[in-house]
Amino acid sequence: MGAHEQAAQGHEHGHAHHHEESFVSKYVFSQDHKMISKQFLITAIFMGIIAVMLSIFFRLQLGWPGESFGILNTFLGDRWAPDGILDRNAYLAIVTIHGTIMVFFVLTGGLSGTFANLLIPLQVGARDMASGFLNMLSYWFFFVSSVIMIASLFVEGGAASGGWTIYPPLSALPQAMPGSGLGMTLWLISMVLFVASSLLGGLNYIVTIINLRTRGMKMSRLPLTVWALLVTAILGVLSFPVLVSAVVLLIMDRSFGTAFYLSDIFIGGEALDVTGGSPILFQHLFWFLGHPEVYIVLLPALGISSEVISTNSRKPIFGYKAMVASILAIGFLSFIVWGHHMYVTGMNPFLGSVFVFTTLLIAIPSAVKAFNYLTTLWQGNIRFTPAMLFSIGLVSTFVTGGLTGIILADSALDVNVHDTYFVVAHFHIVMGMSAIFGMLAGVYHWFPRMYGRMLNTKLGYAHFWLTLVCGFGVFFPMHFVGIAGAPRRYYSYSTFEFLQNTMDLNPIISVFAIVGGLAQLLFLFNFFHSIWFGQKAVQNPWGSNTLEWTAPVEHMHGNWPGALPEVHRWAYDYSNPEHEDDFVPQTVPLKPGEHAH
Amino acid sequence: MKLLILLVIVLGIIAIAQLTRVYELTRGLRKTREEEISPADNRMNAMLMLAWMIVFFLCTIWLYVRYGDYLPEPASAHGVDVDKLMNVNIWMITIMFFIVNFLLFWFSYKYYYRKDRKARFFAHDNRLEMVWTLIPGVVMAFIIVYGLIIWNRMTGPASDEAMRVEVYSKQFDWTVRYPGENAVFGAADYNLISTENALGLVTREGIAVKIAELDAQIEKKREGLEENARLPVWPASYVEAVEDQIYRLQRHKQRIMDLSEFKSPEGLSEWEAGADDKIVKGELHLPVGKEVEFIFRSQDVLHSAYMPHFRAQMNTVPGVPTRFKMTPTITTREMREKLGKDDFDYILLCNKVCGSAHFNMQIKVIIEDEADYNAWLAQQKTFGGAAAPAAEPAQKDTLTTAMVN
Ligand code: HEM
Ligand SMILES: [Cu+2]
Ligand SMILES: [Cu+2]
Repeated sequence: MGAHEQAAQGHEHGHAHHHEESFVSKYVFSQDHKMISKQFLITAIFMGIIAVMLSIFFRLQLGWPGESFGILNTFLGDRWAPDGILDRNAYLAIVTIHGTIMVFFVLTGGLSGTFANLLIPLQVGARDMASGFLNMLSYWFFFVSSVIMIASLFVEGGAASGGWTIYPPLSALPQAMPGSGLGMTLWLISMVLFVASSLLGGLNYIVTIINLRTRGMKMSRLPLTVWALLVTAILGVLSFPVLVSAVVLLIMDRSFGTAFYLSDIFIGGEALDVTGGSPILFQHLFWFLGHPEVYIVLLPALGISSEVISTNSRKPIFGYKAMVASILAIGFLSFIVWGHHMYVTGMNPFLGSVFVFTTLLIAIPSAVKAFNYLTTLWQGNIRFTPAMLFSIGLVSTFVTGGLTGIILADSALDVNVHDTYFVVAHFHIVMGMSAIFGMLAGVYHWFPRMYGRMLNTKLGYAHFWLTLVCGFGVFFPMHFVGIAGAPRRYYSYSTFEFLQNTMDLNPIISVFAIVGGLAQLLFLFNFFHSIWFGQKAVQNPWGSNTLEWTAPVEHMHGNWPGALPEVHRWAYDYSNPEHEDDFVPQTVPLKPGEHAH
Repeated sequence: MKLLILLVIVLGIIAIAQLTRVYELTRGLRKTREEEISPADNRMNAMLMLAWMIVFFLCTIWLYVRYGDYLPEPASAHGVDVDKLMNVNIWMITIMFFIVNFLLFWFSYKYYYRKDRKARFFAHDNRLEMVWTLIPGVVMAFIIVYGLIIWNRMTGPASDEAMRVEVYSKQFDWTVRYPGENAVFGAADYNLISTENALGLVTREGIAVKIAELDAQIEKKREGLEENARLPVWPASYVEAVEDQIYRLQRHKQRIMDLSEFKSPEGLSEWEAGADDKIVKGELHLPVGKEVEFIFRSQDVLHSAYMPHFRAQMNTVPGVPTRFKMTPTITTREMREKLGKDDFDYILLCNKVCGSAHFNMQIKVIIEDEADYNAWLAQQKTFGGAAAPAAEPAQKDTLTTAMVN
């Protein structure tokens, strides 16, 4: 264990170090950032499988309400799906856990955990994270938190059921719904552990980026992935503690008789002894995390795509400085827009106006990023690797989903679409598609770096095209369902005459969801098969400039044998006319008279 | 339908099995490396980009045409403004959607990899970047100003002539209260809620009855405890539970004793103002053309009063009353004629997840001429009238009747 701690301090001893490692310290309680990265990824994939399955279960109910499906009974049993028909409480429970897993476990823990761990040390030229031990703790907190969240599906009364936003009083009062009992308690405990994981990870990422850059790696030469991961980590460190306070106050209300969020409540035949609290306080605390959270989810995906799009267009990313500025601006603004989730809570309308203003400002840096991506593609020489396809998909979905954000941000319009399927469409296109596409792009692009083998390209193509078509097939029509007035989190819409003219979309959506879910099997097969049987990777398969591709294919403690690489240029010298090759790694010194970017 | 799904699943599995076989075969035959994208593959994906763009755009247009007239015309005054704003916004984002997606897929198609070409080294251009910072900036400024004008108009204070209606939510239904002749709502307190008094209106008799009822309950539990002290049969935990119940009943009583009486400026006591309030379940009636200010309250958890036809929504929050004003402009009868549907009804539905029957928590909204409205309202009983026979001490189990249905 002394090994890479020394290494992290810059002792150059890489190859001199050859002690045998036990299975446990190599694969289980590893402190090596590359192994921890893989642990995060595999855990996230596993959580993702569960979340996708849950979504297919509730899509069956939504597509064909009241129909009996044997498969539901097989998986959920007689209590949750008697006669193959999803129970209404079970419906709310699986919707809630689906959302929680996707947002926190797949797209926060999974995405940041995988790529911050893999890329930060390798791209800044460090031997490992600043603290391997805290890094290991970060993973294990994540792991335990995941186990508790899954376990909560099996408890008496079912899992938490108030939606992933767990608004009290519903979540605070066990008598309000079955899922607000033990299931909710476990949800809260799991979330506290999750935040601990996220903070340990985040602090480590920040310290590593600030302190452990190799010689020549100025901040202005950092690849955009690292910039994105840095801002993501800062957002997490500043906002997750607020979620913990929200959660702790909720635990107090639930178990210790306080009334932070409760007032004047009569439920279950009893007037509760609570006065003076406010449920709205919870929403402020929750969304103070919740909005930065959506960028915690998206920024790493954007960072990954910047890298992938530039590499595979064989062109420098357009407007590096503007990209960095946009990331910073988005990061900053994301802290002062949370109220746009609360326009109809009775919030002071003037305060609402302020949030309209700040929220719509975010559209500007977002637009800059989108146009910069387009210009990067323009007159490029585009190589369609699966990672590149997913990154192009990311741009399409980021723009499509971001645009509907403009409608939601306008309080006068949000009144009519808040909590409808329009919102569901909006955030699934930006998170469920854009962020997931970024994550998949990252996996396809850096798989050779992670496992020393290649993923199969053809399967990657099939995976991408099916996922793109099904993703839009699922989420695009939801705009129309929502704008026609269909609320989200409804078990069935059959009692509403006025909604019936869009309800024929529901079975179509469900079919796309099922096919899209099955298409992920292509990825799973490709992934697990290639770990062991994939084509052996070469050192720099994509012809990239960044440092991670200068390290040997075989993983080693300390990342580079001998001295750490030295950086002489930015990461985006693709097709530089002053060079013969269409890429110039960051380690190549400037030619005499060459102009640096 | 089940058959269809089964079919899809089976086909999916077959397809994957086939792909896997093809994969295994090609892997054996091919000597090419995975990272070397063949010209054929690049061309194929470029074509697919173009094809996808066309399909995507056609589907989008089809959705707009087929589902674009999402709701009937707005039935409220502000709804007309909102729809105009919505149309402007939708046009704008639709145009942007087409432009950006077109450029994206077109560039992806046009610039696919060719060996003999080198990408253009184009790292930045301050003028271009300025342009696409400023243009969104200007467009956003317009959207913000336009949106906020409408927002301020919607959320400003209600006029003096506005009538007031209380909409009260609980798991899983809605109750409506009209202030009656005196136009003042009687005070309400959650501690007084019972079967006869679903909204917990405060009246002197109500308080007396409730306190007597609580006293009776406390007395009964005390007797039980004393009995048990003489001849212990209850386990200790049960004794504790009963003691706890007594404590809570006493707290409940204390909270009621703490209520204090307020008088309106005209000298009307809020404890008396409720006698002529009218409480209605099942339907929300409003006169057309008259501004109405809603006051929303909630009994248990968050709910949201969503009236899509009026472009209106407001959460209901336990302990914190919320408000929303609007002016209905089209009667139910007129709307039925416009739509050619005899059974059309406006609706208010719950739009904040609130428990197992959330999906069916609705109430019919009926907009009618002032005359019809007045006639209807005259038929509704007043709270005082309805609550008259509350003389007998209420039974203990009346407390539990507010349980979920
Ligand atoms: C131009 C940029 C964006 C704007 C202006 C915007 C605006 C909004 C607004 C106003 C809402 C609240 C809607 C409502 O509840 O009524 C919302 C919801 C949401 N947005 Fe965005 N958004 C933008 C981009 C994004 C991105 C990039 C993500 C994530 C990657 C995202 C994720 C979400 C999520 C998860 C919700 C819903 C949360 C919930 O209620 O469950 N948004 N957005
Ligand atoms: Cu937000
Ligand atoms: Cu509800």
